[in-house]
Amino acid sequence: MKISATILTILAVLGLGGAALAAEELLGAGATFPEPLYSKMFDVYYSQTGNKVNYQGIGSGGGIQQILGKTVDFGGTDAFLTPEQLAKSPDNSLLHIPTAMGAVVVTYNLPGKPQLKMTPDVIAGIFLGGIKSWNDSRITGLNPGVQLPGDPIVVVHRSDGSGTTFVFTDYLSKVSPDWKNKVGAGTAVKWPLGLGGKGNPGVAGLVQQMKGAVGYVELSYAKKNNLPYAVVKNRAGNFIVPSIKSVSLAAGASMPDDTRVSITDTDAKDGYPISAFTWILVYQEQAYGDRKAGKAKALAKLLWWMTHEGQKYNADLLYAPLSGEVKTKAEKIIKSMTFNGQPILK
Amino acid sequence: MRRERLFRNLLRLAAWLVGLNVLVISITLFWGASPTLRHFGLGFLWSSHWNPVTDEFGALPFLAGTLATSFLALALSLPLSLSMAILLGEFLRVGWLSNVFKSLVDLIAAVPSVIFGYWGLMVLVPLVREAEMWLMPLGQSVGIEIMPYGVGVLTASLVLAVMIIPNTAAIAREVLELVPRDLKEAAYSFGATRYEVVRSVIVPYARSGIFAGILLSLGRALGETMAVTMVIGNTNEMPANLFAPANTMASVIANELAEATTAIHYSSLIAVGLVLFLVTTVINFIGTYIIKKMTVQA
Amino acid sequence: MRESKLSRRLLFNGLFRAGIYVLACGALLPLFLILFDVFRKGLPVIDWNFLVSMPRATGETGGGIANAIVGSLMLIGLAAAMAVPLGVAAGVYLAEARKSRLAYFTRLAVDVLQGMPSVVIGIIAYLWLVRVMGKFTALSGGLALALMMLPLVVRGTEEVLKLVPAHIKEASLALGVPHYRTVLRVIIPCGLPGIISAVLLGVSRIAGETAPLLFTAFGNRFLEFSPLKPVGSLPLTIFTYAMSPYQDLQAQAWGASVVLIVLVLATNIISRVVITRWKIQF
Repeated sequence: MKISATILTILAVLGLGGAALAAEELLGAGATFPEPLYSKMFDVYYSQTGNKVNYQGIGSGGGIQQILGKTVDFGGTDAFLTPEQLAKSPDNSLLHIPTAMGAVVVTYNLPGKPQLKMTPDVIAGIFLGGIKSWNDSRITGLNPGVQLPGDPIVVVHRSDGSGTTFVFTDYLSKVSPDWKNKVGAGTAVKWPLGLGGKGNPGVAGLVQQMKGAVGYVELSYAKKNNLPYAVVKNRAGNFIVPSIKSVSLAAGASMPDDTRVSITDTDAKDGYPISAFTWILVYQEQAYGDRKAGKAKALAKLLWWMTHEGQKYNADLLYAPLSGEVKTKAEKIIKSMTFNGQPILK
Repeated sequence: MRRERLFRNLLRLAAWLVGLNVLVISITLFWGASPTLRHFGLGFLWSSHWNPVTDEFGALPFLAGTLATSFLALALSLPLSLSMAILLGEFLRVGWLSNVFKSLVDLIAAVPSVIFGYWGLMVLVPLVREAEMWLMPLGQSVGIEIMPYGVGVLTASLVLAVMIIPNTAAIAREVLELVPRDLKEAAYSFGATRYEVVRSVIVPYARSGIFAGILLSLGRALGETMAVTMVIGNTNEMPANLFAPANTMASVIANELAEATTAIHYSSLIAVGLVLFLVTTVINFIGTYIIKKMTVQA
Repeated sequence: MRESKLSRRLLFNGLFRAGIYVLACGALLPLFLILFDVFRKGLPVIDWNFLVSMPRATGETGGGIANAIVGSLMLIGLAAAMAVPLGVAAGVYLAEARKSRLAYFTRLAVDVLQGMPSVVIGIIAYLWLVRVMGKFTALSGGLALALMMLPLVVRGTEEVLKLVPAHIKEASLALGVPHYRTVLRVIIPCGLPGIISAVLLGVSRIAGETAPLLFTAFGNRFLEFSPLKPVGSLPLTIFTYAMSPYQDLQAQAWGASVVLIVLVLATNIISRVVITRWKIQF
C-alpha cells in the first residue's frame, strides 16, 4: 500500500516536471567576472522570450571543467582555453564567443576611499609581499596628497580557479620579471601570501569587510559597492582610470579569428592595462549526448542576442560593449555552430 | 503465505539496500581516489604541496587544518559542554528549568551550519581581527607573525566549538545520569560535599562515557563543512600559527570539486574525502562502541 | 583546623556550583546571540514580496527568495520520498529480526552513514548521479539529502517499534492475523507517532544542509519544479549572498536565514509535540 502510494507520488512529481519542460531552459556556469552583466541579460531575456537561462558563477575554472564534462550547455570564462585544454575535445571543437570586455581593478579598503596611483612594480610588490604596509614609501611616493595609514596590507586573492586571476597574473607576468619567476600566470596560482575569497563576490566581500585589505576584482563589483580602486600606469607611461572607454581602447588592433586573445599590458596610449575579454564556450557540433535540436537552436539564438541586442546592457554595468570588428568575428563563430552537420542559424 | 514471504523479502531487501549502500559508498570513494593513490601513494598524506597548476597534490595542509580546528574547538567547548552535562545530570535533573535547558541545548544542534557560518563571518571575524591587531606587536616580539585577517584557524575553531557543545553535553549527561545512586549516597553519607562527590565519584565512574561523548563531538567537528568554509580563509597552505588562514579537508572539497581542472586534481579531492571518511568513521565507531558498552553495563 | 578545612570545602562547593551554572549559561550564550542577530537583521527584510518573488539581477534591489523556498521544499520532498519508504522498511526489519546477521550488518551500516560528513555524501551523489546522468539535477541533491536522512529514519523506526509491547503483537497473532498484516496494521500504527517524529527530525536536519548541494542541485535563479533540472535552495542562497559584497544581498541572506531557522525549528518542535501529545496508550 505505502509502496504503491510512494511510486505514484514519484511519478506525479516527474510528470509535473516533464510538463514544466515546455520552454527551453539553458544551464551555464563559470566566470564571476561577467556575472552581474549576465544576470541582467538573462533576466531581460527571460522577460522577453520566456526562456530561462540559469547561470551559476563558480569561477572560470569551474566553467571550463563543466563544459568539458558536458554537464552544462555553455561555460563562461575570462581565461581562453589553452591548446592543451582545446585538445581535450579533439572531435568537437570548443568555440569562444566574446560577450563583453571588462577591467580587473585593484581595490582596497582604506579610510577616506582615496583613488591611489599604482605602478606595475607597486602592484607586484604588494601581491608578492614585498610591500607590507600602506604607508610604504613606494606607495606614498606615488600619492603625495593622500594620508595613508600605517596599517598592514592584507592581501586577498581568489581561492577558486578564476579567469580574473588569469588576467591579473597574466598582466603581472608581463610587467614584472620577479612575478613571472616566482608565481607565473594561470587560473590558479601559488600565491605567496594572503586570504582566499570565493569568486569575485568573495574577494570584494572580504575587501569590503577588512580595513587595509587589497584585492583584484572586476570593475563592476568595486564600483557598485563603493569600493575605491587604483589608477594604474600603463606601458605608455600614463596613469589610466579603469572605465568603459579605457577598456575599449585596450582592445588593440588585431584579434585572431577565434577571438582568443589577451589584451593585458596594452600598448594603446590611453588603454587600461588590466583589461580582458570574457567569453562563452560552446561546442561547435551541438548534437552530442542527448541534446535536441530545440536546445541547440535556443542556445545559438541566445548567443546571437547576447552579442547584439544584449550589448545595450553592458554600459550601465560598466562593461565595454563589443566593437564592430569583434562583433563580426563573433557572428561568424556563432554561425559556424551546427546540429548534425547543419548550421543552426542562417 | 505468498504475501507473507513477499513481505519478509521486501523487508530484507530494504535492510540489504541500506547495508550495501554504505559498502558501495566506500567502494566508490576508493575507486574515485585510486588514480591519486596509485600516483602518489601514501606520500599523499604527508606532502604539503597542493598546486593545481603543476598537478602536485598533497593532503597535509588539510589534515593539519582539520586537526587544528577540531582539537582546538574541542578544548574550547569542553568546559562549557561538561558544565552543561553536570548541571543537567546532577543538579537540575528534573523540573521545568531542566527541560528548558535541555531544549535549548538541542536547539544549538538544530541551527543549520550555514547560519553559524554567516554569523561567524559577520560577528566573530571583526572581533578576532580587532584582537589580532592588538596582538600584533606582542606576536612580533616572540617571532610569530600575526596578520589581522580575522579569518583563520582560530575563528573557525571558535565557531566549531559552539556547534559541538550539544554532542558532548547530551552524551555526558546521559552517562552521568546512569551513575548508580547507592554509590553517590555512600559518598554523601561520609560527609562529602556535592563538588567532592562529582569530582571523586561521579566523573571517574562515568569517565569512559564522557570520553565517548568527546569522541563523538570530535567526529562532528572533523566533518563540519559550511561554517568552517566561511571563516577559515581558504588557503591551501599549512597554517603557520593559530591566526593564519587555512583549509580543512571538508572545506577544500566544497571549494574545489565543481572546478577540478584535471583528472588527477579531481581524484585527489576524492582521496581527501576518503581520508576524511575513514578518520570520522573510526572515531565515531570508537565513541559508539564505548557508549554501547556503558549502557549494557548499566 | 578542622573548622577551616570544612569551611574551605564548603567554599569550593559553592564556587563549583556557581561555576557550573555560569559555564552552562555561557554554553547557551552564543545561541542567544546568534538567534537574536539573525532575527534582528532578518525580520525587517521579510515581506510578502520577499517570499514570492524571484531574485533580481545582481546589484538590483527588490529581489526575493521564492526560487530558494520552492527548491528547498522540493529537495526535502525528494529526499523524504527516497528515504522514508526504505528507512521505515529497514527499521521494521531491524525491529522484527533483531539478532539476525543481516540486522547486525544493517545496524553497522546505519552507524557509519550517520557519522558521514555531509560533503563526502555530496561527493557520492555527484559521482553516482551527476557524472552518470551528465547533468546537475534536483534528484541528485535529493539523493544526497536522502542518504543523510536515512539513518535517522531507520533508527527512529527501530526504536519506536521495539517499544511496542509484546502482548499487542501476540494478541494480534493469537487472533489469527498473519504476521505481515500484524506488522502493517497493528505494530506500525502503534509506532506511527514515533516514526513521524523521526521523519520530521530528519527533515529538520537536512533542511539546513548546504555542502552536498553545491555540486548536485547546483542552484537556479528561476522557479523550477522539475526534479531533472538544477534547483536553488535556502542554505545555498544564504551561502552565496552572505559572501557577496552587495549590501542588499547580505540583507536578503539574513531574511533567508530567518525563513530557514523557522522551518527547521518548526519541524523540530512539531516532531517533539507529535511524540508527547499523540501517545497511543498501551
